[in-house]
Amino acid sequence: MKHLTGIGDLDRASAIELLDTSTRMVATQERQMRKLPTLVGTTVVNLFMEDSTRTRISFEAAAKRLSADVINFSAKGSSISKGESLKDTALTLRAMGADAVVVRAPASGAAHKLAHSGWIDVPIVNAGDGTHQHPTQALLDSFTLRRHLGGEQRDGERAGSVDGQGLDGLHVVIVGDIMHSRVARSNVQLMTLLGARVTLVAPPSLVPVGADVWPCDVLYDLDEAIALAPDAVMMLRVQRERMLGGGYFPSAAEYTRRLQLTQERADRLPAHAIVMHPGPMNRGFEIAGGVADGPRSVIVEQVAAGVSVRMAVLFHLLASNAREES
Amino acid sequence: MTPTTASTTASAADAAATGADRAAAPALLIRGGRPYGEDVADVLVEDGTISAVGPDLSAPEGAEIVDAEGCIVLPGLVDLHTHLREPGGEEAETVETGTRAAARGGFTAVHAMANTTPVADTAGVVEQVLQRGEDAAWCAVHPIGAVTVGLGGERLAELDAMAGSRARVRVFSDDGKCVSDPVLMRRALEYVKTFDGVIAQHAQDPRLTEGAQMHEGRVSAEIGLTGWPSVAEESIIARDVLLAEHVGSRLHVCHLSTAGSVEIVRWAKQRGVDVTAEVTPHHLLLTDEEARGYDAVYKVNPPLRTRADVEAVREGLADGTIDIVATDHAPHPADAKDREWDTAAFGMTGLETALGIVQQTMVDTGTLTWRDVARVLSETPARIARDLDQGRPLAAGEVAHVLVWDPRPAAEVDPEEHASRGRNSPVAGRTLPGRNRLTLLAGRPTVRDSRLAEH
Ligand SMILES: [Zn+2]
Repeated sequence: MKHLTGIGDLDRASAIELLDTSTRMVATQERQMRKLPTLVGTTVVNLFMEDSTRTRISFEAAAKRLSADVINFSAKGSSISKGESLKDTALTLRAMGADAVVVRAPASGAAHKLAHSGWIDVPIVNAGDGTHQHPTQALLDSFTLRRHLGGEQRDGERAGSVDGQGLDGLHVVIVGDIMHSRVARSNVQLMTLLGARVTLVAPPSLVPVGADVWPCDVLYDLDEAIALAPDAVMMLRVQRERMLGGGYFPSAAEYTRRLQLTQERADRLPAHAIVMHPGPMNRGFEIAGGVADGPRSVIVEQVAAGVSVRMAVLFHLLASNAREES
Repeated sequence: MTPTTASTTASAADAAATGADRAAAPALLIRGGRPYGEDVADVLVEDGTISAVGPDLSAPEGAEIVDAEGCIVLPGLVDLHTHLREPGGEEAETVETGTRAAARGGFTAVHAMANTTPVADTAGVVEQVLQRGEDAAWCAVHPIGAVTVGLGGERLAELDAMAGSRARVRVFSDDGKCVSDPVLMRRALEYVKTFDGVIAQHAQDPRLTEGAQMHEGRVSAEIGLTGWPSVAEESIIARDVLLAEHVGSRLHVCHLSTAGSVEIVRWAKQRGVDVTAEVTPHHLLLTDEEARGYDAVYKVNPPLRTRADVEAVREGLADGTIDIVATDHAPHPADAKDREWDTAAFGMTGLETALGIVQQTMVDTGTLTWRDVARVLSETPARIARDLDQGRPLAAGEVAHVLVWDPRPAAEVDPEEHASRGRNSPVAGRTLPGRNRLTLLAGRPTVRDSRLAEH
């Protein structure tokens, strides 16, 4: 693995290896001295051309806990917002001696372009590109799923070591704006790669034309999906602009009536089922506040897993490559 | 075709414009080639005119003899859809470089689209483009006039003034933008009847394609680029053929790209609607799968479609539903393409690779004969545009716009070798058949063995 621009860069074995490394990273974070010397002397650039404090901080923490130097290069007030191209920015980062670039961009394919256009020759990590991919989010989601639901038992308790395991036999329902969601695309790919069954739920106007060949089922009705007794339900953020400008659905009331994960709906899930959300949440819109804070919710844990998974990704891209070179 | 008084007068002007070249050109005998890919016949060119076509012609004294054994002899190609970029876009292309590219592609005439800066929406601008073409003298340049002022889609440009200008404009198009207002489209179709003009529509419903980046389908769904549904093209074509039928006017559909569009045009022709349609070389060859690497060289309007669409446009071209191949040659500076897909420019170069692609996709597959190629790349585009001395038969007495094409050699496409300023060739690195052995513009060689013949 030279880059992580999308789940397409992974096969089942390398995905599981990343999850296993993430587990080891979690263990290091439980120690008192959390910082590892692994990436001393390397510089990781966080190139954020789109606002996302949460993801940026998560990558920054991951890099710093591996002792890398971190440069944050954000679009706000920078030359990028003044019309400098991604190419010029890449050339600048190359000149600055970046050893890896973590990129978040509004354009689908931005990470792929950085990785494959010859502008800069360092590992590229996609931190979300347009409506295409967000692979580290998918990895942390699968990590969280495996941690909770992997192993023999499914009672919400940790089931001993899950190393080497995929998500075989699990059924995950993902609900919301599929069309504009890089999280959904990455998760469908990764979860099915790891052996899970995925069902998407969305109003038909938010299912992309062409999704018929995706390795998952598509339903329009959340109640129908809950009746399938899934092991996990992931609610996606729905942007209100989709309603106003795009006309993708008529009103917030109509959306929540059909698709909100209400307490009543959550109560119909199997006892072991967990509730996930990639954040940031619209409480009271796609998810009821009580469900987000309730016992099924692993939302806060997803955030914590994010740091460990990103440590694992940087470790594999930078530390392993360095080993190969020496 | 019903020539009007205006076009007859302009015909005399055309003849006068090329007359000087004709007198200066030495005699030339094209020996051993196969006109239209049929029986071997020599073609003798004297004083810019084809003076004889037949077997074993003897060369007049001092005549140059071109060995065309194994080559196909065709009337010079005519492109109905070229972006020469001048005025205003000289970084991408000029009339000089664009017509050099045309000559290398075997073209003896191009029709220059109106989306320049300033827009070709007045007699002044179209005459300027015409003049530039005459000065460059690599091929005839026929300016296309804008349908609406500034391509704004709000009010008609002075179509009659452009038609009556020295540029004798007969084709009008807001290409790059669609005349989406149905009333304005109706008026434009009606108005050009005055001078036997035609509206060449870029069929793209603007509301259905807001922010659209590529064909809407399985690839766009996966790679997360905003989709451009086929229906955005098809709905406009359906509306336009009905409008053309209603008002009894001529409609030309630019760069048709979907299977549904072929069906609609086929249906309209069966009803007797006076509609013609074009397909680009790239839509005959490439699909939306090319977008997977986010290489913006494949970003084009209309977008590359699916394999089924490619099959349908080939079939439409073969059965005559699609009348012509036109390049939509759209050069761009490197910076406009070497960037993120979303912000990259739409368009591909095409003049220098068009015939190679047509040979590969249509002739070598046994779908079209060379006689058909002459029809779709020369005769019919000239007829649609009412060009008077282009797309004419290879026969004694005709102006010698001639292409000698050797179909045998194959070569890898290297955009660095192109005469166009644009390097944005979608077939870079691919192997295409054929070589431009000789191109004659009114008897004067513009290209020999794929190299420009300086004049
Ligand atoms: Zn167009």
